[in-house]
This record gives sequence, C-alpha cells and structure tokens, in this order.
Amino acid sequence: MSAAGVSLEVASLAKSWGAVEVLRDVNFSIEPGGFLTLLGPSGCGKSTILRLVSGLDEVSGGQILIGGKDVARTPAAERNIGMVFQNYALFPHMTIAENISYGLKVRKVPKAEKEKAMARVAELMALGKLLDRKPAQLSGGQQQRVALARVLVSDRPLVLMDEPLSNLDAKLRVEIRSEIRSLNKKLGITVVYVTHDQSEALSMSDKVVLMNAGEVSQVGTPKELYDRPANTFAAGFIGTPPMNLLQAQDVQAPATLAPANGAGKSDVLFGVRPESLGLDAGDAGFSVNARVESLEYEGKVFLVHLITPSGTRFVVAHSGDGVPEEGSEVTANWPDAATHLFDKSDGASMDFAL
Amino acid sequence: MNMRLSYGMGFILLFVPCSLLVAFTHYPAFKALLNSFWNNGSSIRPSRFVGARNYEALLEDDKLMQVLSNSFIYAIGTVPLAIALAIGMALLVNSRLPATGLMRLSFFLPTMLPMVAVANIWLFFYAPGIGLASQILNAFGLPSINFLGSTDTSLVSMMVVAVWKEAGLFMIFYLAALQSIPTNLKDAARLEGAGSVRIFFDVVMPLLRPTTIFVAVNALINAFRLVDHIVVMTRGGPNNSSSLLLYYIYEVTFGFRDFAYGATLTVLMVVILGFMAAIQFWVLNRKAHYQ
Repeated sequence: MSAAGVSLEVASLAKSWGAVEVLRDVNFSIEPGGFLTLLGPSGCGKSTILRLVSGLDEVSGGQILIGGKDVARTPAAERNIGMVFQNYALFPHMTIAENISYGLKVRKVPKAEKEKAMARVAELMALGKLLDRKPAQLSGGQQQRVALARVLVSDRPLVLMDEPLSNLDAKLRVEIRSEIRSLNKKLGITVVYVTHDQSEALSMSDKVVLMNAGEVSQVGTPKELYDRPANTFAAGFIGTPPMNLLQAQDVQAPATLAPANGAGKSDVLFGVRPESLGLDAGDAGFSVNARVESLEYEGKVFLVHLITPSGTRFVVAHSGDGVPEEGSEVTANWPDAATHLFDKSDGASMDFAL
Repeated sequence: MNMRLSYGMGFILLFVPCSLLVAFTHYPAFKALLNSFWNNGSSIRPSRFVGARNYEALLEDDKLMQVLSNSFIYAIGTVPLAIALAIGMALLVNSRLPATGLMRLSFFLPTMLPMVAVANIWLFFYAPGIGLASQILNAFGLPSINFLGSTDTSLVSMMVVAVWKEAGLFMIFYLAALQSIPTNLKDAARLEGAGSVRIFFDVVMPLLRPTTIFVAVNALINAFRLVDHIVVMTRGGPNNSSSLLLYYIYEVTFGFRDFAYGATLTVLMVVILGFMAAIQFWVLNRKAHYQ
C-alpha cells in the first residue's frame, strides 16, 4: 500500500457517439492524493468521463494527463488505473481470493509477492474469512469491499469509482463512504468518484465537478459550491432541499439594490437557501409574501412549503416555535448576506451592490 | 355457477392428454422392453419368452459393433465441432462488425431447413465430378473424391452435414448467453491488463458453461436421434461405413421386420444415451454452480 497518488488533469475533453455530442470542453484537475467527485444528474456525462479517463472508451478530443503525461491515446491496461464499478463487476465463477488476485495473475506477479499483497489487502478490508467464498455468497456491503480490495491490491496510484454505493442501503452507504474517504487519506491514492448524490459529493470530496448536460457547470470545493453557486443549475442541485429561486416581482428588496453590469431589477432571479429564510418578520432586508401550502416534519426543522402570488413554490426550513397553519398568509424574509442573484436569461450568478 | 370443477370433469380433462402420452410414449417404451425378452413370432409360430437370448445376440453381432463404433466416432466428432463452430459464429455476430444481421440469418438458415432438404442440398455438393466439393478440389488441382461412395469418406461426409445443420441453432443459444454477460466484467478484466483472448478464456467461457452443458446434451441426443440424412444420402453404405445405431434399428425393425431384435437394440440405445447424459451432467455441473 505504498502507492502515492498521481495528479490528474483533464483538458478540453470531448466525446461524441456518431453525431451525438455527449461531452463538450470538459476541464478539471486534481492534485496527488486528492478526492475529486464528478457530480450531476443521470445522463450528464459523468460516467462517460470516467470511462474515457480509464481508457475503456476512446476520446473524441482533448487531453487526459496522468502525472503530467498525456494518456488519452494509451491503451487502458497501460494507464495503471484501478476502477470500482457500480454493481461491483466481481467475476461470479471465481472465489473472492481469485477475484482480488486476478490482476496480479494476469500480470504474472511472482507468487510470494502476490501472497504478501493479498494478505495485506485482506487485512485492510477485513476479508480474511471470506476469501474462499464465491461473490454470490456475500452481502452487498461485503461485495463492495471485495471490489475495493481488488483495486487496492495492485497499488494503483489513481482509482476511479463509478457510483460504488448506489446499490447499498442507507446505513451501509454512510459506513462505506467514510471507509473510502479514510482509505484515500491513509494510502494517499488519488480518487475520482462519480455520484448523483450531492450529499455524498459534499461530504467526501476535496473538489467537486458539477456536470450538466455534457458540460461542466461549476468546479470548486464543496463549500464553494454550497456558498457560491455559479448558476441556477448549481443552486438547484446542491443542498437538501436545494436553494430557492424567486422571481423578482415577488421579492421586496431594499431600494438600494443594484445588480452588476447595470442589469434591471426585473432581469434577475433571487436565490436563497431554505435554512436562511425566517418567518418571524425580523429586521431582515428581503421579504416575500406567500401562502403556506403544506408542512413537512423533518425532526430538527419543519419544512414549510410556500407559494407566492405569482405561483412560484419555495421552501423554508423553520426551526423556531410557532409553526404557521396550512393555508395561512405569511411573510418570509432573509438577511442581505444570504442573498444570491442570478441572471434571468442565462442563469449565471451576478454580483450586486446594496 | 359453481366455480370448482367436479372430480369427474377434472378426470376427463386429464384423461385426454394422459391417454395420448400413455398410448404413444409410455406403452411403446414398456412394450419395447418387454419385446426384447421375447423372440420374433410369425403367424405359424407365436413368439415366446426367450430370456436374455436377444441380449446375447447383441454381443455376437459384428454389424452392431461396426455401427456402434460409427456412432461414437460420429458423436465425438460432431458434438465438439458443432459447439466450437457455434461459439465462433456467436462471437462473430455479437461483434461490432458490419452486416451482423445478414450473418445471423445465413448462419441460422440451415437450422430452419428440414434435414431431408439439407440432405438433398448436400447430395449436390458431394456429387462426384460435378458437385461443389469436387469442383473446389479440382480448382486446386486435386482429383475429385466420391465422398458418399467410399468407405473412407462416407461417415465424415455425414458428420459435416450434421455440423452444418446443427451449429446455427446452437449459435442462437450462445448469442443469448453472450449478450447476458455484463459488459463491466469484461471492462474490469481489461483494466487488469487482460487481452481479448485472455478475457474470453478467463471470463466469457466460464460464464457460458451452463449454455455449453445444455447445448452439449442436446447435440449428443441429436447425434443419435437425427438419421434422416443417412436415409436420404447413403442408406448406411457403402458396406455399413456410414450406418448409425438408430439407422440400424430402423433397418432391423422395418427392413428385416425383426421386431424382437429391434426392441433389444432400442433398449441398448436408451441405456447408452441415459448413461452419457448422466456423465455429462456430472462432469460439467461440478464447476457450473454460481449466480
């Protein structure tokens, strides 16, 4: 397990299937030992990026630099990359031990070395008792650990993971999530992780690449994505529930509000997170009048679903006492600092002065 | 109306299919077993119980020995060849090559033809001097061969016909099996550094094993069951060189009208087939348990 990670840089990557363009001008990079997550809804091209980086599919354009060397045209087997697949891809006819050591066998690693590596991973992933079983005799969580072990046994500096937790139940998912994160830190391997679950992305990653319809929507740390969404797509994808987007005509804003670039106040969308909104008409600078549609009890907070006179729905995470009744008219407000502005025409984030 | 059928009605509904099964399968099988212990009767001398005498005759029947050895050569030759060819064709039509649809059709076409039609087509192929096979030999400057008329080539010629007809059907089974293998298993092997040949033997072939069991059993049964082409093409000749067990049974029973000996031969064939199927399942099943 001495594999130190390598850096990965993807530059103007493109992929088309025939006339269908599935990826356009994708750029991102991650330093050695980093944890990068490709996040996005299904069909956004995140798994395609993984297959291109691994070499399972051929790029249509652009560069893939691993440790500074362009491998975009190098065969998959020579890229020294490990990959964990969504449904584990364990060979059903081989025992766990055979599954883990398959790569070593193919590459004709000497027996003594092979056994040493096997013993190390078996201990690391706590698989000792399972080595003689077949994959079908293992639970989903155990199969996932075998898939991880198979990648770790070869000391790959770069490991790709394609939605590895999506087949597990919620509790196991949280467990293995932290296990993957600690392996990444302990072994220093670089990890590129694909998921559609934004909470998974926020909790695990050093860096998140948010994808939308074949293009990169925003690249940044989880905190940057949460605090400063670059566009309405990022605003609407990150957070549970995500950021509310309100029409200008519904919002009572301070008269001094001045969007950048001289845009008019009606050309913008207001963004505000549910947890920044209050219902107790304090001294906050922005407010919206709305009717309570429904209430959702979440334990720590009440999610109050509201609808504005113009028909825009939004959510307030209400933690105070005194829950409003369904059907009642309320005023929701929020402080200046929690305000985000987006260009109504292209959805891009805008600066503003107050 | 009472929704439950009465016992009487149930009995009538079961009686029709059961009586067909009994009349055409169970009774004849039982009767054959019985007949094999009696000798052949005539209008003057009714048949009588002869114990194992018919079975003793089996051991002294030189023609039977020849036919049995033909049958085993035929089975050992056609079964693996048809399987290998079927896998090859399935891999070909499952690939990303152009015109795989046309390939599928042409590989499957021989299977759709009745064996008698296949035999007639191959009669033309094998025709000495003017047939396709002879013309190909001539084109390479080789003398033409009388494929069906020589004791050296008649059995092999029959085997070629059988493989040609059978492989297309088996290809369909292998094609279905190939398409059910998850792609990410092959991807995983590829990332570990395995080449296509390695992936085929390490990943694809083991996952095709249940299909191979099924196809091998069927191919073996067909090797003993399908003799239409022999009836059409050689009638077991020349000098019994292309006669198979089932054709011999047909000859003895309906040609020589020796029903007792025919029944004995039939029992022998059932025993051989059951024995081989048991071995096959035992050998192949030991390593086929997963999923």
